[in-house]
This record gives sequence, structure tokens and C-alpha cells, in this order.
Amino acid sequence: MAEPAHINEPLLQTPLHAEHVALGARMVPFAGYDMPVQYPMGILTEHNWTREHAGLFDVSHMGQAFLVAEDKSHETVARALEALIPADVLNLKPNQQRYSQLLSDDGGILDDLMVTRVGAPGHEGWLYLVVNASMKEADYAHIEARLPKGVALKRKDDLGLMALQGPSAEAVLAKLAPETAALPFMMSADVQIDGIWCHVSRSGYTGEDGFEISCHGKDAPTLWNKLLADPEVKAIGLGARDSLRLEAGLCLYGHDIDTTTSPIEAGLIWSIQKRRREEGGFPGAERVQHEIRDGAARVRVGIRPEGRAPAREGTVITTPDGREVGIVTSGGFGPTVNGPVAMGYVAKDVSAIGTDLHLIVRGKPLPAKVAAMPFAPHRYKR
Amino acid sequence: MTTRYTKDHEYIRVEGDAGIVGISDYAQGQLGDVVFVELPSVGKALSKGDEAAVVESVKAASEVYAPVSGEVVEVNSDLEASPGTVNEDPAGRGWFMKIRLTNPDELDGLMTEEQYQEFVKSIS
Repeated sequence: MAEPAHINEPLLQTPLHAEHVALGARMVPFAGYDMPVQYPMGILTEHNWTREHAGLFDVSHMGQAFLVAEDKSHETVARALEALIPADVLNLKPNQQRYSQLLSDDGGILDDLMVTRVGAPGHEGWLYLVVNASMKEADYAHIEARLPKGVALKRKDDLGLMALQGPSAEAVLAKLAPETAALPFMMSADVQIDGIWCHVSRSGYTGEDGFEISCHGKDAPTLWNKLLADPEVKAIGLGARDSLRLEAGLCLYGHDIDTTTSPIEAGLIWSIQKRRREEGGFPGAERVQHEIRDGAARVRVGIRPEGRAPAREGTVITTPDGREVGIVTSGGFGPTVNGPVAMGYVAKDVSAIGTDLHLIVRGKPLPAKVAAMPFAPHRYKR
Repeated sequence: MTTRYTKDHEYIRVEGDAGIVGISDYAQGQLGDVVFVELPSVGKALSKGDEAAVVESVKAASEVYAPVSGEVVEVNSDLEASPGTVNEDPAGRGWFMKIRLTNPDELDGLMTEEQYQEFVKSIS
């Protein structure tokens, strides 16, 4: 058996590090942090628990920051961010959240992120950003270098972030903060839980209903343990987070999207609102608008291998007659699907659902079909 | 009946001129939930150290190497339908393949149970 190599480098810790260790988590390096890949329950059980009950994830490694307009104007801060991402920021309602991407000048994706118009009183002209852990330093530098005078980036490295995901999430959180039950998908609220300030948004990255909860790092262990005290809630590691998001058809930065992929190729057109598609005015707009009009040469698709063998990232995709047409960017075993699932990029002409493909796994072609995503239905509360 | 281990965590339990090959309890614990096992075809000739099988957990694929040289005479086809058996009973029902040894002297280069347990302690 080949074992993964361990790289010795000083790892950062989230405010919940001691909780993971106390729970018996297996810790691994991830994006520079020492993170729980799984707890003693194991990835399969953690995955299924999240789909059936509620899973609690530490995502404090992600970057949390604010963009703040000196003139306290939403329009000022929205226009500053719209110069960097293709989403409509201007029409965000207070407390509304939106998924978007930082784009490079050629339309490649520098990172994906969540943007929320802060709704708390006294915070007019504030946007709340959540970016990927592995990209945060690069993102912050990119954003800061491009901000107009009068708009500032405030990184909040002292915040913790956890996700409570699954069909029981609403009932669990409502016991601590009843007002959260009424939040629709992609809306947020500031609440107090036993005196702890929390910014709660109805979102997540598992395909399930649920919440992401930001709080001060010093309060994170208390809040974590309050949530974990509910018998419906179990701690879930990065392993199950990955299989859950894969089944939900959601992109993982650095794998399914990166600087070589455009949002249109990646199937993220839904995250570019109508006004931005028409007006442009974001980096790479020319390419994005061109691909909206004429289609992209390759597109991200879901893939179902026909046997039981998973096809991992990097697997070459061919037509049944051996023409190379693409590559798998995420693949593995889907516990809810109870079989292998994958996503990857293929040439436009072989991207229709149901198209027969071959996946070259360990030198052998495995039959597969282009499949609709998500593999497990989304259960967001709209 | 003797059981020998490799430093890659395969075991071979020798009975007569053949041996049952699988992965150790430590290895299954490190892998986590096994979701797929690819076995060699019966009749395949393996040299010591050859890739003999593949075991996949939710997270990753790992190779299983032939602990000794020999011919595959039987495989545990139950693993196709129930790969999780590797986690539940790695030394028993979770075996991978049976090899007819072509060079039994190779066993001398492998670890005994006691040596293997010491080895596991040293790396964990």
C-alpha cells in the first residue's frame, strides 16, 4: 500500500483545533491549516449523517473580510467589487448573499467567493466576503491592489466560521436562535446565542439546507459545543465535506475551477445576473460575453461511471472510439448515490446528458455517461 | 500456518504452498471506508512488489503490492459487492487473493507478526 507523503511545515490552527483533537479527529494539512479530515465515525457515516440529520463543519480556515466604503454608500462599495467579479452586487438587498468569482483579465477564475451586503445597523456601505483558505492571501492582495480610493479591505482573521448542514439544521439552530428558522436560502441575520454574537446565513456547500455561522474566534468553541450537544448534530470532517459537495455538483477551487477555466465553461452562468451579462464591466467580460453568445468550446459536466470503480481527478476522458475529449476534475465515491460520481470538462460536442464516454482508469477504458448534476438533489430552503 | 507482513502493510498467511494476501488492520484503519477493490485475474503471474490490486477509500486509491512472487489462484470476489468487508474483517473475510508461491524463500525477507506490530508502533 502506498501512503501519502507528509510534508513537514508549520501549520496554522483554527479556533476549533482543540475541539477536533478532543473528538479524536484525524488531522491533516489542508491549505496551510491542520484540519480534521474525519472523526472516528468515518467519512461514509459522516456523509450519510449530514444527509439524514445535521453535520457540523469547521470552516474557520476560510478567509473572512469586509469591504468598506468610507462614504457609507452601498453603491460605492458595490461598484468597487463589481469591477472584480461578474455578479450583480448593486442589487443585493441588505443581508442578501450571493456566490461569485474573482476573475482575471482573460476571464479565468482566480477564486470563488461569497458576497453579502451587511445588514446590521450602522454598516451601510459594508460587504462581507468569504474566500477560500488556500487563496485568501492572493485574493486580498488582488482586491486591495484594485480598490478605488475610499474603499478599504478589512480582513477579519479573528473570526471563526462553522457550517451546520442537513435536514435537522433548521430545528437545531431554532432552539438556540428561533429567528433563524425563517431565513430563506442565501439570506443572513445577526443573532445572539446565549450572549454570543453570530452572523448566520442560510447557505452551505453540501446541497443540504443549513447555515453558515460566523462568530468571534474566542467564542467559536463555546458555540461549537452548544451545537454539538444536540443529539441530531455530529462533527463532520473535510473528507465528507468533499463527497457531499461533489454529489451536490458544486465546484472546488483549484480542482474544478481555476485560472484556466471561465465561469461559462464551468457552468456558473447562473451566478452572473442579467445586468452584468449585458453590461460587462468586469475582468474577462469579453470572453464571458463571447462564450454566453456562442457557447464555450468545453464545458463542465457530471459523469457517472457505469461500474463500481471511482474515476479520480486527472482521469482522461475519451469517446468510446478513443478520441480524447476531456479530463475529470473531481471524482470519487458518492455515498448517497451509492456509486462512483465525477465531474470534469469535455468538448462541447460530447457534453449532452446521456452521451457515452470512456474514462481511462489505470490504463483501462471504463464506460461512463454524461449525467445531470446535482447527483443528489439540492434541498435548499428557498 | 505463518503470517508475514510487508512494510507497505500487506499480509500473507501461508498455508502449504499458497498464501492468502490482504491488508493489515492498521492499513484498513488508515484508509478509512473502503468503497471499491480491484482484484487481479486468476492465473496472473506476479513478481514480488508488483501492483496486485487496488483498494479505494472515499478519499483515495491505493495500490496493494504482491508481498511475494507467485501465481494468483483465487480472488475474493465477495469484495466487489461488499468492499466494506476489508474494514470489518481485514484478516478474515476481507482477504484479497490467494497466491501460489513460486519462491517461498522470499517470505524470509518479510516481517513476523511481532516485528510488524513494532513497525506499526514506530510509524504511528
